[in-house]
Amino acid sequence: MDGNLNALTTVFTEFYYWVTVVFMFLIHVGFCMYEVGASRHRNHMHTLMKNVMVIPLVTVTFFFFGWWIYWAFPDFPFFGGLNHEAGNANLPWSETMGTNLSDRITGVFWAAFLLFSWTAASIVSGAVIERIRSSALWVHAVLIGSVWWIIDAAWGWHYAGWMVKYLGYHDAYASGVIHAIAGGYALGVIMVLGPRIGKFAKDGTPRDIPPHNPWMLTIGIFLIYTGFWGFYAACNVPAISPEAIGGQITGTTWTATNIYLAPTSLSAITFNFLMSLSGGLMAAYVVSRGDAFWTFSGGLAGVITASAGNDLYHPIQAMLVAAVGVVIVYNLHYWVERRFKLDDAVGAVAVHGYAGVVGLIISGFMLWGVPASPFEGYASINPLGQTLGALIMFFGLGFVPAWCVAKMQAAAGVLRIPEEVELQGLDYAEHHAYEDAKAAIIEADKAHLAASATPAE
Amino acid sequence: MSTIGYESWAVDLAEVGAVYPFQGSEVLMTIFGVIFWVGWHRIQFVREGKHLEEARRAGDPDKVREILEKY
Repeated sequence: MDGNLNALTTVFTEFYYWVTVVFMFLIHVGFCMYEVGASRHRNHMHTLMKNVMVIPLVTVTFFFFGWWIYWAFPDFPFFGGLNHEAGNANLPWSETMGTNLSDRITGVFWAAFLLFSWTAASIVSGAVIERIRSSALWVHAVLIGSVWWIIDAAWGWHYAGWMVKYLGYHDAYASGVIHAIAGGYALGVIMVLGPRIGKFAKDGTPRDIPPHNPWMLTIGIFLIYTGFWGFYAACNVPAISPEAIGGQITGTTWTATNIYLAPTSLSAITFNFLMSLSGGLMAAYVVSRGDAFWTFSGGLAGVITASAGNDLYHPIQAMLVAAVGVVIVYNLHYWVERRFKLDDAVGAVAVHGYAGVVGLIISGFMLWGVPASPFEGYASINPLGQTLGALIMFFGLGFVPAWCVAKMQAAAGVLRIPEEVELQGLDYAEHHAYEDAKAAIIEADKAHLAASATPAE
Repeated sequence: MSTIGYESWAVDLAEVGAVYPFQGSEVLMTIFGVIFWVGWHRIQFVREGKHLEEARRAGDPDKVREILEKY
């Protein structure tokens, strides 16, 4: 940290990412509340535990190998070998992966990516509630959180990723790299897992399984919105000089950039976050005829749809893109549910997966010809590149691996809980113990009262 | 002797790098960490299988009916 400006920039950047991490923690709190609110009383504790344990499992695996993948895989395996130089500095035994006074950024940058990993895993967790074995979900959590999403980040969310270079892939706030892949992954799992008992009538008509606690759902999604602010900020580099970027930008004006080191500003993304949230909420309210679940989720789906281009859109464009996305997502959700008899308990495939895909495709047209990178020789943003990117995210890195692993788990009989347990509820044993303990202590208190009480005069 | 390699902070911070204890044992720590992680999955997997097997036979139909009504 030679020089005051360098020191100030480093410390500011360190603090900036740290704040985003704290904000993003609220996403996970929100997902936990949402899942518990959506599940029935008999499954509350297991539903909560399933999502809480995503945190440590994804964290340690992201430390052991996820972070290395991001730095080693930008060209691997289609356009070159592993980048050992960048990868080695981020191995778990590297000196910079610990308390190191010559490196103040790796820890907070790692954590910002890690919180995205939790989000990816948590999206999958919501779709499968009330019937998946925790052990099965936690394998999927590690795979989506510390392997598949971070491979897609290396390819399409890295300034030197091959998708950025050759396809002109642009996904500033992760429509595809988090949401499309997680939605596709959730779809792959629920396709093998099957619906909850009673979800479909004998004639195939889907039944609504209403949330146990709609207020918890509401607070949950508002916390997710709040955490999403942090997520947006975490996707930016807060302040960097053209010299440090080393690309084609001339002059000496410092700027915030997106993850591709192309210029944007916090102000721009604040405009667009709020306008796309609003567009999503308004469209969802209309299309769902005021259904609370869909209206709130529609706000999220709106932001997700506009996220790919929210570094550059005009706020009114962000609002309209979000609204169009939400109408498509809503209709697609019900069409898929009826056609394929799929039970997506919290609408995760739709709100994250379809919204991410639709957002990427729209951004290909909206930003056609825009430079995807400040570096020379990169493809510019185009509809084909964005569509191919969406397919790679949703199907290639999301749906396919999830479906294959879930198939293996199902074949081994370790994917789904037994039918009897599903009916009595995953918390049955705990409820039993609770009721027994309650009865015992009430009896003990009554006995004590009988032995010690003196008659009233 | 100091486990972090510095016995005082009379140093130029520009020349200080890692300051965690037992530097040089990072690979060994990683091995222990991975064993802890994989072992955790193994223990949890076995316990959950056993628990579900017991639970499928534990349901008293009347109590289950009560739970279903409770939603």
